[in-house]
Amino acid sequence: MVLPQFEYMTASTLEEACRLLLEHDGKAKVMAGATDLIPPMRDKVFTPEYIIDLKQIPGLDELTYDEEEGLKIGALTTLRTLEKSELVQAKNPAVSYAAKVIASTQIRAKGTLVGNICNSSPSNDSAPNLLAQGAKVNVQGVDGTRVIPIEEFFLGVRKTALKPGEIVTSVVIPPLKDNEKAAYLKFAVRKAMDLAIIGVAAKIKLENGICTDAKIALGAVAITPILAPKAAEVLIGKELTDEVIEEAAQAAMDSCSPISDIRASKEYRKAMIGVYTKRAIKQCLEQF
Amino acid sequence: MMHKSVISLTINGDSVDAIVKDNLTLLDFLRDQLGLTGTKKGCEQGECGACTVLLDGLPVNSCCTLAVECSGREVVTIEGLAREGELTPLQRQFIDKWALQCGYCTPGMIMSATALLNHNPHPTELEIREAIEGNLCRCTGYAKIVEAIQAAAAEMNWEEA
Repeated sequence: MVLPQFEYMTASTLEEACRLLLEHDGKAKVMAGATDLIPPMRDKVFTPEYIIDLKQIPGLDELTYDEEEGLKIGALTTLRTLEKSELVQAKNPAVSYAAKVIASTQIRAKGTLVGNICNSSPSNDSAPNLLAQGAKVNVQGVDGTRVIPIEEFFLGVRKTALKPGEIVTSVVIPPLKDNEKAAYLKFAVRKAMDLAIIGVAAKIKLENGICTDAKIALGAVAITPILAPKAAEVLIGKELTDEVIEEAAQAAMDSCSPISDIRASKEYRKAMIGVYTKRAIKQCLEQF
Repeated sequence: MMHKSVISLTINGDSVDAIVKDNLTLLDFLRDQLGLTGTKKGCEQGECGACTVLLDGLPVNSCCTLAVECSGREVVTIEGLAREGELTPLQRQFIDKWALQCGYCTPGMIMSATALLNHNPHPTELEIREAIEGNLCRCTGYAKIVEAIQAAAAEMNWEEA
């Protein structure tokens, strides 16, 4: 089946890419790995007149870690790189895991974390960790750069806070301190090539056995990936006993509004949010 | 207006220059423009892995790759593995272990497994199964495929020793 026609464009600088994107606003799509671009184009979900390939722009495939800033993931850094990186495995294993459970070996060799969030699917596996860990999204536009907190990034299905002519250049995840642990759990029927029925990410901070900070993020149970602040509030200031964790799981279930679709009913999704919230919190605790 | 681009890339070790439509996938370029029909067309959605080729050494779905984005890069297809008619140990083990029935997934399977063995000469069974997680086979149940990859790894390690 032939793809709809478009004009392929490359840019050698970010500024040039932003300018092209603005010039063809509404008619152009940015391309990194293309794995979430070509299938919907074939189905005519969208039919851009222009495709702007970022792969010629130097420096966008960075993957660095800094004790102050944290983990910086460039727009062209592939999921495979994240999955295989010993640096990521050591500094933020939840991020490495979330990359590994996406799609297949072939998709991860091309697909990127930044592309994953820019496509803004409610079930995307990258978002829950970023939400739970307070990531920042670095954006370049025609008039300069800005930083979007991840909790303000997702606006809807395939809708983000990016303005015309804006391109995400990197995502920065703050460093996990010694008393902070994070986890992401994906629940899907198949081990590969499947979307999450639900996903849960957690970040827990413990001081002297007491939880002093926490975040719980949920995937595939709302129009965007979401934080569940009520679930986190249950945990903060307490020792994380089974009863407290159970109460947080209930709060997470109450925070979401899933739909029924081919993968699961809304009731089942909600029930599984309870189960996986507990497991995600416990997986954080097991790491201490 | 039909948009076209000039590309230069390496395919199975040969330099190739071509004029391609911008909306041409690498899969259709290989099969229809170059006649390299060993790479199979399955789902065209990046789900089945029948179209797997190596792009700069990594396995990718050629149906989810534009020909034009491969300019300056190196592509290896199933036709690029055998040297002067001699199959690679992996290809031969697929035959010896009966790792195929209808054969449609086989080129993609072999490309994924080739990439695995190039990067990891001593894979565990789990690593083998993860390497072919993006390759669907509806005939074999995968057991014989895993056996063939294990046998090829053993043979290649033995040859190196």
